[in-house]
Order: sequence, then structure tokens, then C-alpha cells
Amino acid sequence: MLGENFSVRKFQTINRRMFIVGTAKAVIFTGIIIRLFSLQISDSKKYLTLSDKNRLREWRLPPVRGQFLDYFNKVIAGNLKVYQLHVIPEQVENFKYLMLRLKEILNINDKEFNKIIKRRKQQKSWETLVVSENLSWEQFAKINYFLHDLTGAKPVLSISRDYPYDETYTHVIGYVSEASEKDLLNNEVIKNSHVPGLKVGKIGLEKSFENRLIGTNGVQRYEVNAYGKRINQIDHKEGEQGEKIKLTIDTEVQKLSNELLKDLSGSISVMDIYTGEIIAMQSSPSFDPNLFLFGISQDDWQLIRNNPLKPLVNKTLSGLYSPGSTIKPIVALSALENKIINTKFRVNCTGKIEMYGQTYHCWKKKGHGVVNLRDAMKQSCDTYFYEIARKLGVDRLKKTALRFGLEEKVLNEIFEIEKKGLIPDTQWKKNTLGKGWVIGETLITGIGQGYMQTTPLQLCLMTAQLANGGHKIYPRIVVNENDKTSEEIKAIMAERAKDKETEKNGLVEATEGFFSITKNKRYGTLYDDFENIKIIREAMFASTNEVRGTSYSSRIKDPKYQFAGKTGTSQVKRITDKQRALELKTLDIPYNERDHALYIAFGPYKNPRYAISVVIEHGGSGSSTAAPIAKKLFKLIIDRHEMREKIKTKRTLDT
Amino acid sequence: MEYTSFNNQLSFIQKIRNFDYILMTCILLLGLISSLAMYSTDGGELLFHTKSHIVKFSIFFPMMIILSFFSIKFWHFFSYIFYAIILIFLIWAAMYGVKASGSQRWINLYFLNLQPSELMKIAIIGCLAKYYHRIQIDKVNSIQGIIIPCVVLILPVMIVASQPDLGTAILIALSGLVVVWLAGLNIKFFAYSFVTLLISLPFAVAFLKPYQKLRVLTFINPDRDPLGAGYQIIQSKIAVGSGGLTGKGFLKGTQSYLEFLPEKHTDFIFTLFAEEYGFVGALVLLLIYITIIYRVLHIGYISKSYFAKLFCYGYGSAIFFYVVVNMSMVLGLLPIVGSPLPIMSYGGSSMLATMIGFGIVMSAKIYHKQLIA
Repeated sequence: MLGENFSVRKFQTINRRMFIVGTAKAVIFTGIIIRLFSLQISDSKKYLTLSDKNRLREWRLPPVRGQFLDYFNKVIAGNLKVYQLHVIPEQVENFKYLMLRLKEILNINDKEFNKIIKRRKQQKSWETLVVSENLSWEQFAKINYFLHDLTGAKPVLSISRDYPYDETYTHVIGYVSEASEKDLLNNEVIKNSHVPGLKVGKIGLEKSFENRLIGTNGVQRYEVNAYGKRINQIDHKEGEQGEKIKLTIDTEVQKLSNELLKDLSGSISVMDIYTGEIIAMQSSPSFDPNLFLFGISQDDWQLIRNNPLKPLVNKTLSGLYSPGSTIKPIVALSALENKIINTKFRVNCTGKIEMYGQTYHCWKKKGHGVVNLRDAMKQSCDTYFYEIARKLGVDRLKKTALRFGLEEKVLNEIFEIEKKGLIPDTQWKKNTLGKGWVIGETLITGIGQGYMQTTPLQLCLMTAQLANGGHKIYPRIVVNENDKTSEEIKAIMAERAKDKETEKNGLVEATEGFFSITKNKRYGTLYDDFENIKIIREAMFASTNEVRGTSYSSRIKDPKYQFAGKTGTSQVKRITDKQRALELKTLDIPYNERDHALYIAFGPYKNPRYAISVVIEHGGSGSSTAAPIAKKLFKLIIDRHEMREKIKTKRTLDT
Repeated sequence: MEYTSFNNQLSFIQKIRNFDYILMTCILLLGLISSLAMYSTDGGELLFHTKSHIVKFSIFFPMMIILSFFSIKFWHFFSYIFYAIILIFLIWAAMYGVKASGSQRWINLYFLNLQPSELMKIAIIGCLAKYYHRIQIDKVNSIQGIIIPCVVLILPVMIVASQPDLGTAILIALSGLVVVWLAGLNIKFFAYSFVTLLISLPFAVAFLKPYQKLRVLTFINPDRDPLGAGYQIIQSKIAVGSGGLTGKGFLKGTQSYLEFLPEKHTDFIFTLFAEEYGFVGALVLLLIYITIIYRVLHIGYISKSYFAKLFCYGYGSAIFFYVVVNMSMVLGLLPIVGSPLPIMSYGGSSMLATMIGFGIVMSAKIYHKQLIA
């Protein structure tokens, strides 16, 4: 019975131990259930997000860039449909073979080919590789013909920038080209909407308004598998096209400016004297911005870069020129305002004057004889201006010049390349050159030579502000909804002029505080006595429309087009300051063909509306080269005036 | 009328009546669920894995029924031979076996690549059950009673571990150890060996293959290499977690059909299931396994013979280990070791072994009153 006893013990042991094991199992299973609960219920959201992150991948589509319109709503920078060739490397079985095949079919040269391969290495395998951005129709057809042999290559219809007016607008709008690393670093917006092959503005308004133009990316969301292969499209969000930007420029005037400057190196600016709207702004030579869209070829680039006329320089905004005689209206005005002279003040011009042992020549060797202000302006008598400059002094001249917008960027916030030029005074010379001002320097400053440097656009603004009766205006190149119309501005100006009159008539004292506020108001007056502005305008009229006027040969008799202007001929030596000091002593060198030709004008004279400045580098004299260009331009500007006004009224009615 | 006998002849009808229908239903349910899961791993198409799995199930399930008609006495008689045969197979596989993915664990039987280590999971239980059935309780803790089971246990474990197949080796060891424990081996021996194991662990680590070390490290911190070694655990957890309460739905497990899940047919089938059917589905599946384990233990409990009882208790616990090790692994509670989920996972040998186990258990049920000398 011992065995029986053992047997009972055996069964007791196993059941007892099984109970222990069973309890342990229950505990462990509970643990598993708790784990499941924590994963699937408590942290479910977290894991769902992770799972979506796994499976969903977004592809950004290139944004569609906003257009540039001219004042008449003509598209001057638009978008064109182009055929491109895309390859998504991960979807290609034999990438190397495909690329070699494409190289052969598209006739890609080795350099280009290596560039593509390099780009491929910088991208993720699921990112689109743009093999060709702009297939010709022939290439496109060829690709489609061989498509069965080119698995993974995708001919697609895409959108590219297009500049229909070629070189006409390059210096205004600029151009776009593929975004560089620097572009991405400098602009958060570009970085955020970047896709391979994205084009961004490199210069001009394309660059300035990048953030408004760029638009938003479309997004395609795909479900992908663990290897990144697209399985199916989940959704598609259309991007929004970038903003349309409307310019104040009239394409017709711009085109004519471009034609008039053909084969010349120079600049034309046209401005509305009330609204400050820039009607045309051309720098010559220009170049075709379309060349840059798909990467400019080395040959084209060399051609542009090595052109001695410097097409890459925007002469209107960053070309610095001695204004020459075109500064004379300001010098005369300053002298009048400071009561140094009056209209009856006379100087006897003998062709030269001697001062402190130095001879200063008038451009006319024989001299002009006895001249008053009007005669001196008309015939651009240097002797007269030497004399009044001497009396005036450079510091007072500078004050007046600054008021009219010199040494200040005209479109400051828009073009980063714009320069502000230089109006010298005694303090400036002391500070920068560490030398005292010499009286001779005042004399040559009086005829717009020496240190003084201005941009063509500044001269245009200066002229506009003289033409509108001496009021400050605010130049603009982009049309905004809330822009004031010329009528509104004229009304404001009239009010400011009235205030000025009241101020002048001695009602100031009691209300000085009030007037000091009005002084800073927009479209405020730039003169002390309106009579002086009138005198200057009349003198400019004489210069163009009276016999012996320097631009008499470029006059238009028809009062509808009749304009008033001032010629200028300036020396242009880019010399260091030391050399410049030496140069002063040899200033009696006669004008030669290396001189710049300048012309400023406004019209129509009876009821001025537009100001213009023309600068032709090395053009000879202002009267022979620059003024005739202005004449041709004025005709068109005035002819276009009515149409322009219509657009304006229409816009007002719309809003 | 209750009776027990050493010579119990049952009629066919009685045998049918004695069947454990709950257990059978659960196995059938698993078969069905696993086929659906397999269909899902094939991306909703009737492809190789699904077809093969269904074919295997429809062969091995009837086989289990047939095996259950063999008397428990036969299984008692056959246990040592079965163990010996499998051991020979193991050695055979180690020498002439088919190599795949860095390990040599298969024997080519032309119709099936047999993995003897899987069968060893059953054979070891049978062998030890027979051994303890035949000795007195006071011999269990004698020197002889300790050494023989140790050899029986260590031999296959060593061979399997060297294939290398750590997962299966651990499961064989666990299956064997639980039998030894149930037989009444003094708890102090377990304590001793546990201490010995702890001491030898650093040395054992030195013998681990680099990829095994990596798995342990990865288990400790899966984020240390999310795209490499930690990938499986992370993706599995994401799949299970993203299933939520009710899951993503049949054929909608994105983690699996987009191929983020590794080994989804085999070791990670539970992950797929939990992703598609959520917490509720996972609980239901767990409940089926718990029911199966409960039924197997219950059969052991009602069995009159010590061999049947020990086998059932042992096998019930073994299934528990398979399930727990597999689930803990895919839920990130244990390092990744290859261990299939019984019936659910794709794999012929595993299913064959599991079905043989169920066949013996079913036989124990049919012949639960049978005594064995």
C-alpha cells in the first residue's frame, strides 16, 4: 500500500503545483491584457499618428507664380505651359540605363548630364528629378515615341515663367531662375514652398515681391509602402496662384523708350508729376530675361557679361552721373529762395572767369554777354552759375537739392540695387576726405560737376517736383487699391499751397505749432516762395522753346505736346578722390565725346503732367542727343494720356 | 456508471461522445481566424501563404482527430520512441539540414520542410511525462531522478540553440521545465539553477551571436536604432497601438499591407490581427487561447492516469508559453525571439506539432478513465 500512498502524494503534488502554475498564468495573461489596453486604448492616438506618418507622404507641387501686369492690364510677366521631362528615381528599375538613353535621345551634353546626376544625388529617391525643364516639341515627340523603352520617364505639362516683351522690362521686373541655396537661406517663404526646380526672383521686382508672387504649393498626398513606393493618392489640394502685381508702367511708352535707347547706353525715366507713378523706366542695353529661365548658356552669359555697354547695370536706379547743367534749375531756385539773387540780377559772361588764380570756363568760348537768370538758364551759361553758386555757397545749395529728393533713394523699399547718390557740402568733405572745402568746388558744383552724383530717376523726380508747383510727391511703380488719383492729389497740393501762403503772410505766430505739423504733411510744399518755382519753370520753357535755347531744336510747337526742359552735359570720369582733386585744376578741358548727355523735361507746359529724364552715356551733348529722344517720347506720352486717365476713372468706379 | 480500468475498450460512438467539443471548436475557430489573417497578409488576395495555410490546416486538423482515436496507452508507449526519433531528426538537421536565413533547422521531407525542433516541443513533454509516470514520487528528487530529466532536457535545447534558434530552444526548455516542476522536483533545485543561470548569464552573453546581442539591446531600448534593429518592435507597437478599440477593419491594416510589418505571416501575425481588429479582436483571440488552455488543463484534471494528467498539464502550460512569449514579443515586452503563435502563424512544422499535441490531449479526453500501468 506504500505504492498507493506514493501515488496519492504524486497526484496531490501535481494538482497543487498545477494550481500554482495556473495562478501564475492568470497573472501573466492579465499583464498582457493590460499591455494591450495601454497600447490600443490609452496610447492609441499616439500610435495612430505614427502609423499615418508611416503611410502618408506629401508631395508638394510647384506653386504657380503671380503675374505682373502693366497699367493697362497687359501681362508683362506671365506663365507659359511647357513640356518637361520628369523622372522619379525610385520608380525606375535601371536608373543608369534610363539616364543614358535619355542623354542620347535628348542630346544632352556631358556637362548638363553631370549636373542632372549631381542633382539626383542631392535629392531623395522619391523626389521628382527634372531632367529637362523645357522640351522642344521635337524632343517631346521623340520621348513619346521611345516611351515604351523609357520606363520611369514622364513627359509632363508644366508651367514656366514667360516674359513676352523680352528685354523691354528686364530692368524693372528682373527675372526668375532656379532657387539657389542662398535664396533658401535668406527667405523663409521660399524655403517653405521649395520644390526641386522651383524658380524664384533673382533681381528686380521679381525678387522684391517674391513673397507675394510665389503662391502656395499644391499638395498631393499619397499612401506609400515601407519602401516609399506610392500606392495610391489620398487627396489633392490645389495650390493658390501668387498675387497679381500691377505696375504703373505703360508698356507702349516703355517699348518706345527701349527702342529709342537701342544701341545706346543710357536710361529713360518718365513720371507722373502728381501721382509719382512711373510711366516708363528703361536702362539700356537690356537683355532677354527668358534666357535665364532654364539656366542661361555659357555663351549667352558671356555675351551679356562682356558687353562694354554693361547691360547688367540698371542705370536708371544705380547709375550715378554728375547731373551737369540739369542741376541748374535747383541751383537757380536755391539762389532765389535764399534771396541771393532776383530775376534782375545780371552777370557778364566773357567765356571764362578767373578766380583765385584759377580759370573757369563757360561752355561757350565767346561768352554769352550780359545775362539774367532767364537767359542764363535758357543758354545754360556756366559763368552765371559760377557766380551765383559762389554767392550761394554749397551748403545752402545742398539744402534745396535734398528737398527735391536728391541724395535719397526714389523707390527706396523696392529695389535693393538703387543708389542714393551724393550731394556734397563742406561738412561732408571734411568728414569723408578730411579736407576743407575749396571755393572752386562750389563753382563746379554749381554746374553739376565735381562730387555731385545723381541717378537718372532722381533727376526725373526732381523735375516732376518742380513741374507740379514745388510739391513733394511719392514715386511708385506698383498700383495699389488705395492710391490717390491725380485729382485728389492736386486738391491736396492746392490746400498745402494755400497753407503755405497763409504761413508766409505772417499769420504764423499764433498758430506756429499747427503749421509745423502741416509742413510735414504729405504732398507738402518744397519752396519758400511759389514765385520762384514759376520763374524756374519759365526759364526751362525758354530753354526749350525760345530761340537760342539749348534744346530749341527739339521743341514741339503744338501746345498739346509743348514741353519745357533743361539740357545737361556731364563729365564722367570714375576717378579716386585724390585724382579728383587733381582733376579740379584741369577742369578747363573742353567737353568731348566721352561726356554724358542729359536732358530733363516736363510737359505739357500749359498744364504739366509728366516729367522725364534722359541720360545717354557718352552721348556728346544733352541738346544734340538727349533732348531729341525726349521729344519723340513726349508725343507718345501725351497721346497715351487720355487712355491712362480712363483706366484711372474706371479703377475709381470699381472701388 | 463510473468505472476505471486498465483495459478500457470504448465503442466508436463513446469515443465520439467523449470528444472535447469546446476544445475542437476553439481549434476550428483559430483555423478560421488564422486563414482570414493570412488572407490579409497576402493583401486581400488568395495567394500562396493563404492557400498553403488552409491546405495545412485541412490536413492537420483531421489528422488530429485521427490521432485522438489512438488510446492514451499507445501515446504512453510511443513517448520515448517519439522523443528518440525527433532527437535523431534534430541531429540530422544539424548535420545535413536545409539552411535558410542563417540557420540550419529544417529537414527536407519533399512534401514538407520539417522543422524537428518544433516537434521537440511536444516530444519533450511526452518523454518526461512518461518518465515521471513510471517512477515513484520519492525518486523524483533522487540523483538519478534529477540527472535523467536534465539530460533529456538539455540535449535537445543545446542542439536547437546551436542551430541557432534561440526562441524554439527557450520554448523547449520552458515546456520541459514546467513538466519537471509539476512532477514535484524540489523548489530548491529551481532556485539553485536560477542562481546558476544568473551567474553564468554574462558568460552566456559572450556566446550569443552578434544579432542576438543586438536584439537584447534593442529590446532594452528600441529607439536606439529605429531603422535598424529596433524597427520590428517599433513598427509592431505602432501597428497594435494604431488598431485602437475596434481596429482598422478587415484588410485595412495599413501597417501590414504597406509592408511596414516584418514577418507578418509568422511571428507578427498577432500584430496584424490586433491592428485590424483592435483591442476587442485581440481580447477575443486571447479568450480563445485561454479557453483552449483551460480545456487542456481541465482534461488533465479529469484524467485518471498520471501520464495523461502530466502531459495535459504540461502541454497546457506549453501553449501558454507559446502564446505569452509570442504576444509579449510583438507587444514589446520581451526581446524578439523567433516564436510562432500556435495555429495562427504560418508554418507547417509548428502546426503539425501543435496538432499532434492536441491529438494526444484529445486522446486523453476520450480515454480519460483509462489507467496506465
